[in-house]
Amino acid sequence: MKTFKLGGVHPAENKLSNNSPIQVLPIPKQVFIPVSQSLGAPSKPVVNKGDQVKVGQLIAKGEAFISSNIHSSVSGKVLKIDNITDQTDYPKQAIFINVEGDEWDENIDKSDKVKREITLSKDEIIRKIHEMGIVGLGGAAFPSHVKLMVPKGKKANLLIINGVECEPYLTSDYRLMLEKGEEILIGTTILMKGLGVNKAFIGIENNKPDAIKHLTDLAKDFEGIEVFSLKVKYPQGGEKQLIKALTNREVPSGKLPVEVGCVVNNVGTAFAVYEAVQKNKPLFERVVTVTGKSLKNPSNFLVRIGTHSSELVEKAGGLPDDTGKIISGGPMMGKALNMIDVPIVKGSSGVLLIEDSETERMAVKNCIRCANCISVCPMGLEPVLLAQYSEKEMFENAEKEHILDCMECGSCQYTCPSGRPLLDYIRLGKFKVGEIIRNRGKK
Amino acid sequence: MNLLTVSGSPHIHGDNSIKKIMYGVVFAMIPAILVSIYFFGLDAVKVLLISVIACMFFEWAIQKYLIKGPLTINDGSAMVTGILLAFNVPGNLPVWIIIIGAFVSIGIAKMSFGGLGKNPFNPALVGRVFLLISFPVQMTSWPKPNPLFAGKVLDAITGPTPLGNLKGELRGGRTVQDILEHGTKMIVDGKEVLYKIPDYVQELLGNMGGSLGEISAVALIIGAIYMLCRRIITWQIPVAYLGSVIVFTGILWLIDPNIYINPLFHLVTGGLMLGVFFMATDMVSTPMSPKGQLIFGLGCGVITVIIRVWGAYPEGVSFAILIMNAFAPLINKGFKPKRFGETLKI
Ligand code: SF4
Ligand code: SF4
Repeated sequence: MKTFKLGGVHPAENKLSNNSPIQVLPIPKQVFIPVSQSLGAPSKPVVNKGDQVKVGQLIAKGEAFISSNIHSSVSGKVLKIDNITDQTDYPKQAIFINVEGDEWDENIDKSDKVKREITLSKDEIIRKIHEMGIVGLGGAAFPSHVKLMVPKGKKANLLIINGVECEPYLTSDYRLMLEKGEEILIGTTILMKGLGVNKAFIGIENNKPDAIKHLTDLAKDFEGIEVFSLKVKYPQGGEKQLIKALTNREVPSGKLPVEVGCVVNNVGTAFAVYEAVQKNKPLFERVVTVTGKSLKNPSNFLVRIGTHSSELVEKAGGLPDDTGKIISGGPMMGKALNMIDVPIVKGSSGVLLIEDSETERMAVKNCIRCANCISVCPMGLEPVLLAQYSEKEMFENAEKEHILDCMECGSCQYTCPSGRPLLDYIRLGKFKVGEIIRNRGKK
Repeated sequence: MNLLTVSGSPHIHGDNSIKKIMYGVVFAMIPAILVSIYFFGLDAVKVLLISVIACMFFEWAIQKYLIKGPLTINDGSAMVTGILLAFNVPGNLPVWIIIIGAFVSIGIAKMSFGGLGKNPFNPALVGRVFLLISFPVQMTSWPKPNPLFAGKVLDAITGPTPLGNLKGELRGGRTVQDILEHGTKMIVDGKEVLYKIPDYVQELLGNMGGSLGEISAVALIIGAIYMLCRRIITWQIPVAYLGSVIVFTGILWLIDPNIYINPLFHLVTGGLMLGVFFMATDMVSTPMSPKGQLIFGLGCGVITVIIRVWGAYPEGVSFAILIMNAFAPLINKGFKPKRFGETLKI
């Protein structure tokens, strides 16, 4: 069975919410929609305080090439445009909307009917995806239309759909594959057309056999789409690892996947593309997993963007008393929050509650040079060395040792028997090296 | 609600720890411990206990009274050093010499560099080599194995190791064939006895003269397989080490079997198996990348054979590993792991 070769770890899966079907979360009384939810430049608000908005109405426009449009997820009145703190812990501009009813923009097709035939042309598809504010839903939130525009001189020949969901605990992609399989495949076909390729691989880890079977059966009716079962290994959902696992192509250091002819999109993104192109529906809601060992009902919710995480937790049984850490995303790469009231954004895949007993890190000991961190690094780096260089502020050396190739998967720190904070140091090093390189560019 | 902890990812940790690794090594040494007790009886128990207790005591005392830092004696690493040191000395070594060895291993080779993880050399080997140089007589008078339940008690009788015997006799101008077939007349404790190098099966099981833990290749290999399965060690160093010994001694043997003995003999005698699986694989003092580990093993093998065949000592495993320990930082610099994405040059 296929998997990537270099490194990788096997954290306990803890997919507690596997059997919980996607439920629609009731619309909250108020939403807080940050204007920068994707990689790239923040979008510019196009509504003012006091304006009346509908569900799906454009409220902030992405003007730069790498930026995305943002639409209202509710109907109601714009209360104010002010700073809030989101998962990144930095103050960010957000649009506050008081909810009144649930009135949708009339161009959106609200019916459940699956629409199969694709009428839009390649360019129209890209424009539509841009207009509807679609971004990668796997976590990085890279604007999807940019991915479809292959840079000059490069050629894409394969679309890869990422159904790996290798992060422990998270199940939103899994549920989506089971419940919206056909839509995902149509979305995949649209993406193929937008990209101008006639082949797509869908990669799913073999801990989700029913999803693999479901999509494999459905894919028989679709041209050029093949579903692959992958051996479970973290971080298979990393773009480069997934490409390696499926095609054995290796994206060169510092380059994008298109270098080897591949473009990777998440299953959630494929579903959002379907809704955008076939139903004219902007990206204003997504599936979010709410989970944790002490949580009463770990669940998967369809959530309007801008809803506070606390509402999800409330619906799933309330915040357990022993919560020591709240994470946006999964346990390996997610971000710890310093408060529960942060809005769900396009890139939020999950809200994970970690109990006190698992919150504390183990005591840090001397490095015993066991090389475990090296053997699990999926990028073939030497985490112990990179962390040392960063600790000693030898950033030039860290750069030479390819610190920027680090994908921050956390495998090294996860596996270190001495509990060393490797990734903490590497992150610092990456930041500093980035700075050094930018300064070099200025001279 | 409690205060929330905010820290960088990853937010979970695998259950790997220094303790698990070290006690894993201890567990892997149990077969060899049992064999040593079987062949050397209470002497083995005594040496093992004293060595382990002394090593743990020195680590505790130094941390408590000299460094005044955190105590780590329950992480198991001092116990590993203690057992390895005992494995590397003859079963009849006087108690006070063992204690000196433990002090050198822990006090000098480990704690003075900053404790576990910072020591450039394998502590047990440093202790062993120190003793070998300081007390050459006691360190090279080997009790003859005297299996438990074998009836006769031959306590006082000492015998040579196969390697030592072979080397001495070859120096004397005899051929390999002659030594193996006719044995050697020697004076032991005032009596003339005939010493014959045991056959390979006996050697493999451990029925030969030698240090406590090195005698039984079988027991050591069982432990090694366990460590490989638990991923406490990797295959690179053992394979490169054994491979280079086989190839090097094989070439010599093909050149002239009268003065160079066959590779099989080299594999099952002396401290090779112990060194290959338990000391050359010590994570702290060896290279980290797979390629580096291959080079390390290769270097150990070549140096071992050179010392065994041409050097002043019959056995070269300890020296070989210590010499290569010194090169480990250099090897780490020179041999990097294979980076993802480096194969394609654009
Ligand atoms: S895993 Fe930890 S102890 Fe092992 S080499 Fe890496 S940093 Fe050192
Ligand atoms: S976090 Fe970076 S250095 Fe650590 S294993 Fe992942 S890619 Fe390698």
